[in-house]
Amino acid sequence: MVRSFFFHLGRYVLFLRQMFRRPEKWSIFGRRIVVEIEKLGVDSLGIVVVISLFVGAVITIQTATNLENPFIPRYSVGTASRESILLEFSSTIVCLILAGKIGSNISSEIGTMRITEQIDALEIMGVNSVGYLVSPKVIAMIVSVPILVIFSMFIGIVGGWMSGGYTGLVPSDDYIHGIQVAFRPYYVTYSLVKSTLFAFVISTVASYWGFYVKGGALEVGRASTKTVVTSSIVILIINLLITQIWLN
Amino acid sequence: MIEAIEVRKQFSGREIIHGVSALFESGKTNLIIGKSGSGKTVLLKTLVGLYGADSGDILYHGRSLKSLSQQQRHSLRQEIGMLFQGSALIDSLTVEENVMFPLDMFTDMSHDERRRRARACLDRVNIQSEAYKLFSSEISGGMQKRVAIARAIALKPRYLFCDEPNSGLDPLTASVIDRLIFDITKEFNITTIINTHDMNSVMSIGEHIIYIDSGNKEWEGSRETILEADVATLKEFLSPLSNALSHKA
Ligand SMILES: Nc1ncnc2c1ncn2[C@@H]1O[C@H](COP(=O)(O)OP(=O)(O)O)[C@@H](O)[C@H]1O
Ligand SMILES: [Mg+2]
Repeated sequence: MVRSFFFHLGRYVLFLRQMFRRPEKWSIFGRRIVVEIEKLGVDSLGIVVVISLFVGAVITIQTATNLENPFIPRYSVGTASRESILLEFSSTIVCLILAGKIGSNISSEIGTMRITEQIDALEIMGVNSVGYLVSPKVIAMIVSVPILVIFSMFIGIVGGWMSGGYTGLVPSDDYIHGIQVAFRPYYVTYSLVKSTLFAFVISTVASYWGFYVKGGALEVGRASTKTVVTSSIVILIINLLITQIWLN
Repeated sequence: MIEAIEVRKQFSGREIIHGVSALFESGKTNLIIGKSGSGKTVLLKTLVGLYGADSGDILYHGRSLKSLSQQQRHSLRQEIGMLFQGSALIDSLTVEENVMFPLDMFTDMSHDERRRRARACLDRVNIQSEAYKLFSSEISGGMQKRVAIARAIALKPRYLFCDEPNSGLDPLTASVIDRLIFDITKEFNITTIINTHDMNSVMSIGEHIIYIDSGNKEWEGSRETILEADVATLKEFLSPLSNALSHKA
């Protein structure tokens, strides 16, 4: 168990090193990044919007029911919802969901290329397969995920506003006032820094498991599972560390 | 010309290739034959450098694989074409893009030149223009093999490696592929090494044959001499063929 942990950690570090070799052709590299941004980022927008809308709505309803107290002003529901969304939901929870969606996608794509010898074919042509396949994905994720997170923050807050108004728990004016009270911009910075790290973790961990698949379709599936489990755990640990360091 | 000297390869303590030496000449189709699991793929991937040999050496026209720098190895790879068992076309690229891929990566040709070169290669393997924009999942296994050959010859390789080029193909398509590899080898004076367990290939393009069993080279010769070979396991390996021949006689 411990040995296998260090084995994978060491191989992961060596794997990352190959990412930083100079690409064969910058023009091709650039085009690969655009394709990956579309595939990994743009195609995740839908799920991020839907989830953020619903979770934002639920957070507001729950906060409102928990704060049902005549001494607490109504608008503070808006403030509390905003904090939950900005600090935790839109970065950590959204990234956990992306670890499932994008992580498994990346690892099964690369894993399939491994077992069908496409990676060997690249290597034999003299192409740095990690640089060609993995680096554009990592860059695309680092670019896309923070943007998705900003979207999620916005949509989540809108979801809260809609549910608060619709259920009558938080009148629209109170909510809008509440989300502006004591606003700390560095909470957004904190979330964006976190999500950039998470984007790196998801894309590299997924690529790693995919790249070292051996065997057949069964192992490709197994690599996807390992990806989701490993990257989720790493995300949670990083989240804890950063929160400790930054917000304390 | 490729020379293998006492090549050994093991995986986690289990030796698969036990010191194989052989000389593969240019302009010839060199066959590595043996039953499934005998180590043909491992040997081929070791020869081509995808797996590092544990001992021994491999010389490409005298250039020793193990003493090449990273940079030299990279440029050597551009002289190598390889045909994989499952074709290994990049599945996110079209037929034409697949053949253009090595040109995109390693030449400074203009887009038009690259396309012209790719189409010439596709033409050489009889792929018609209707197929250019299809993805590999949309074409038959035989066509995939031909596209893979076109990709392998796009950069005019000096060395061509083929792992079971006609596995999974019907006999007619298989012989077309064999013929194609044979002709290209002659046309460009390539050093070609082919893994196969197909008797038809052995008899039609077996100019130079090495037979391996459990990772040992047990016999070496050509299609002219193979039926006289005095190796028990090789005789057994060839028995379907000998039986067919004696039936005819
Ligand atoms: N990457 C690998 N790791 C460990 N063992 C392997 C690997 N590749 C092949 N082998 C083993 O080497 C032996 C020869 O396999 P292979 O070269 O694929 O045979 P062939 O191509 O002749 O059918 C088999 O027993 C196989 O299990
Ligand atoms: Mg094989």
